[in-house]
Amino acid sequence: MLSVRGLAKRFPLAGTRRWWRGDEGLAVHAVNGVDLEARRGEALCVVGESGCGKSTLARLVARLIDPSAGEIHLDDQRIDTLHGRELWPLRQRVQMIFQNPYASLNPRMTVQQTLLEPVRLHRSSLSQSEAQEHIEQVMRSVGVDPSWGARYPHEFSGGQRQRISIARALSVSPELVIADEPISALDVSIQAQVLNVLMEAQASASLTYLFITHDLSVVEHFGDRVAVMYLGRICELAPARSLFSGARHPYTQALLSAIPRIRGQHQPQKLHGEVPTPVHSPSGCVFHGRCPLANARCREQIPVLRETQPGHTIACHAVEEGRD
Amino acid sequence: MGIAAQSRWWQPRWWQRWRSSPLGHSLGRDRIAQVALAVLLLMALAAVFAPVLAPFDPYDPRSIDIMNSELPPAWVDDADPQFVLGTDAQGRDLLSAILYGLRVSLLIGLCAVMLQALIGITVGLSAGYLGGRVDVILMRAADIQLSYSTMMVAIIVLAVFRTAFGAQLYSDLAVLMLILVIGIAEWPQYARTVRASVLAEKQKEYIDAAQVLGYGRLRIMFRHILPNALSPVFVISTVQVANAIISEASLSFLGLGMPVNRPSLGSLISSGFEYVFSGSWWMTVIPGLVLVVLVLVVNVLGDWLRDVLNPRLYKGS
Amino acid sequence: MALLEVRDLVVEFGLREGASMALDGISFALEPGERLGIVGESGAGKSVAAFSILNLLSAPGYIASGQIIFDGVDLASLSESALRTVRGRRIGMIFQDPMMTLNPVLSIGEQMLECLRAHSNCSESEARHICIERLRQVQIPSPEQRLRQYPHELSGGMRQRVIIAIALLLDPQLIIADEPTTALDVTIQAEIMQLLRELCDNEGVALLLITHDLGVVAQLTHRTMVLYAGRVVEQAETAALIRAPRHPYTRGLLDALPERTEPGRPLNQIPGSMPGLQSMPSGCAFHPRCNLARARCQSESPALQHGVACWEAAC
Repeated sequence: MLSVRGLAKRFPLAGTRRWWRGDEGLAVHAVNGVDLEARRGEALCVVGESGCGKSTLARLVARLIDPSAGEIHLDDQRIDTLHGRELWPLRQRVQMIFQNPYASLNPRMTVQQTLLEPVRLHRSSLSQSEAQEHIEQVMRSVGVDPSWGARYPHEFSGGQRQRISIARALSVSPELVIADEPISALDVSIQAQVLNVLMEAQASASLTYLFITHDLSVVEHFGDRVAVMYLGRICELAPARSLFSGARHPYTQALLSAIPRIRGQHQPQKLHGEVPTPVHSPSGCVFHGRCPLANARCREQIPVLRETQPGHTIACHAVEEGRD
Repeated sequence: MGIAAQSRWWQPRWWQRWRSSPLGHSLGRDRIAQVALAVLLLMALAAVFAPVLAPFDPYDPRSIDIMNSELPPAWVDDADPQFVLGTDAQGRDLLSAILYGLRVSLLIGLCAVMLQALIGITVGLSAGYLGGRVDVILMRAADIQLSYSTMMVAIIVLAVFRTAFGAQLYSDLAVLMLILVIGIAEWPQYARTVRASVLAEKQKEYIDAAQVLGYGRLRIMFRHILPNALSPVFVISTVQVANAIISEASLSFLGLGMPVNRPSLGSLISSGFEYVFSGSWWMTVIPGLVLVVLVLVVNVLGDWLRDVLNPRLYKGS
Repeated sequence: MALLEVRDLVVEFGLREGASMALDGISFALEPGERLGIVGESGAGKSVAAFSILNLLSAPGYIASGQIIFDGVDLASLSESALRTVRGRRIGMIFQDPMMTLNPVLSIGEQMLECLRAHSNCSESEARHICIERLRQVQIPSPEQRLRQYPHELSGGMRQRVIIAIALLLDPQLIIADEPTTALDVTIQAEIMQLLRELCDNEGVALLLITHDLGVVAQLTHRTMVLYAGRVVEQAETAALIRAPRHPYTRGLLDALPERTEPGRPLNQIPGSMPGLQSMPSGCAFHPRCNLARARCQSESPALQHGVACWEAAC
């Protein structure tokens, strides 16, 4: 349904451009050649640590920012070239849920106004009472009491606000929902509530999710397929089950071993060094500086995603050569 | 629970809501702000009801008798009790003149600030939200405007206008001209403030959400960003009103503002100033005091408003 | 004798609407070298507990009653100047956001030396030596160069290590860590947790860990205390608490973790959310969200008995 090819986004660093010398200056390579496909009805999770470009990927797909290179297709339509009014039909099909429930609702609009506005704009054929009925139905489906309609966001807790944000996204009946860390700002007991709401919505409206998160235990529970990102690239892409039972990329393995589980002493694999800045991307494999398996080839040649098992693809020379 | 929601007939719902809002709560505890607000309201009422309150009509030449000129205020010896604050050089009752003058000064101050706000908010909102070249062009224009002082612009424009169109037309249009000149000269203050607060709001996720929902630019700018970017505008508005009143007074004092037969506080101070050394101090000191008090209370209220609306200063208690 | 003993600590917030209790009589003890975790969701009062131990509460919060006995001295009754000899010197603190704790315009070395100089009168070269030693101890590579660097030149993980080094500077007996790993990535979090565990074991420092993350508590602490709405609802050995939680809230928290549920199935959720300070329910504060609540839970507040505060679980 969603297909992303060679997607890249560079943010130029202000003040480094020397136009009189034809020098384009330095840039942050937030997303650096990502290929990804999401099938209809699945939850595709993108995980990675801060600065890996996962949020930029979400904003690119949501068409909040323009890509520097690459293509984005939704079904058979190329969407990265659309602008302004041409995006209008797309906006109904693709919606987004944000991380911070305290900033994602307009503080000066009541819940009612917040939810009614998109319905009025996108489904102008509905009468006043039909629109009202529609949003009340959406509110009930995400556990928002329709009688809260006249209240303002500051009167609600974080979890309630996140439900209202979800209701706003669902109010235009989208097909693809991009969720950028939707539960990481919430408390544990509230995270479960919101995850359940998202799963119910997926089942009842056959939604496709592009779910961005740093929390691997959520991915394990929620995701159908998982893409692991490091420094703007995808290093492993696999069905959730096969990733958690048999991750092979050294970075994925380190990431998995680092989750603080409640049972059993864990022995996290240590990665030496630090994440390089995305301004000076390393040559070859972006992970080679911290990888225990790196050799000369890793330092020079960029690995590409190769399928090792059906559906399980890995970008790593060591795995490819059987050195792992 | 201190303020319970007991409903009494003398405490309607809006009053209770106001009392429990940060603004109402803080006003309830701040003596200085209370006094300032009371004084300002009193002056505003006096200005609005000047035709009713004033014992004479200073615009009506028939009520002016040159024989009454330069009479001192009522508490000084050999005063005429008919003129409480004395009279000016043409025999006008000073109290009436001040009431009417206050009216003109407040009118010019408020209208000029509304004009400033209209231009400044539109420019600041466009520059902040659209960014890029629009931002650069608009903000450089603001910088250029700021590099001329208000007084300089006003003096040149008003002087040119007067020579070009004659004193008669000038005195007819003086109020309008002062509003336009002061309004246009000071819009960059608003533009800068609004732009800064738009830039801060633009970062927030609800604006991203509005974009993803496909809302148009104008809708996002005016319906989503603007209402959230307005609180600093209220704060600078008070300062700007005070500044506009001072600008008007200064221009009138320099003879470029209100004509003598339609007094504002500034032109009263100005016309009385010639007589200070002949002992008739009241003609310039009393309107001067009124001006100082007016500007002072507006500034005090502005300070108070800034403290309350600034979320970094606002504490829960 | 316990290193730190908190008895019936009540912290109130003087708000416009009247005082409200952020901590409602909590008691606990910490032995030397022990690691105690305080777990709770936002609004449970866990950070208030951490701050009140060193009397760092900012207005409108204040300690209304109770004792905080550290090494035989009641910190709650100490003067501000007497407290300063305890803060930093005998009790170190680590906060969530390293950027808030480090002064951005001073180099790492200046900040460490300042802290050292404030509490002891050692010579310049001695102090430098101690600083380098501490930085090495928290596994910061090339510590001599780091002393000259400024906080913004370091990564998040490195900054948190510097914070830990500063907390350890004067050989404290207790470290209070308020969400020390929340702002960090998982791989860095794992490293910092391991570092804290090793340091506490090797130096015999006691640790009071405040966190919302049950995984972190499970990996790092000996004992765990669960806070809900300003009250202790359960206290037990960490392993026992994870294995057999007794309070319905603790159970709910653990069951809500995704790793406890088969993938794809709905998670076990606790309905509702934590009450605010102004709207505390009568009786047991958890009863509106509890599936075991009975009439008694609505009227009477249960006391902590055998490590659990619940009418249903106590018997």
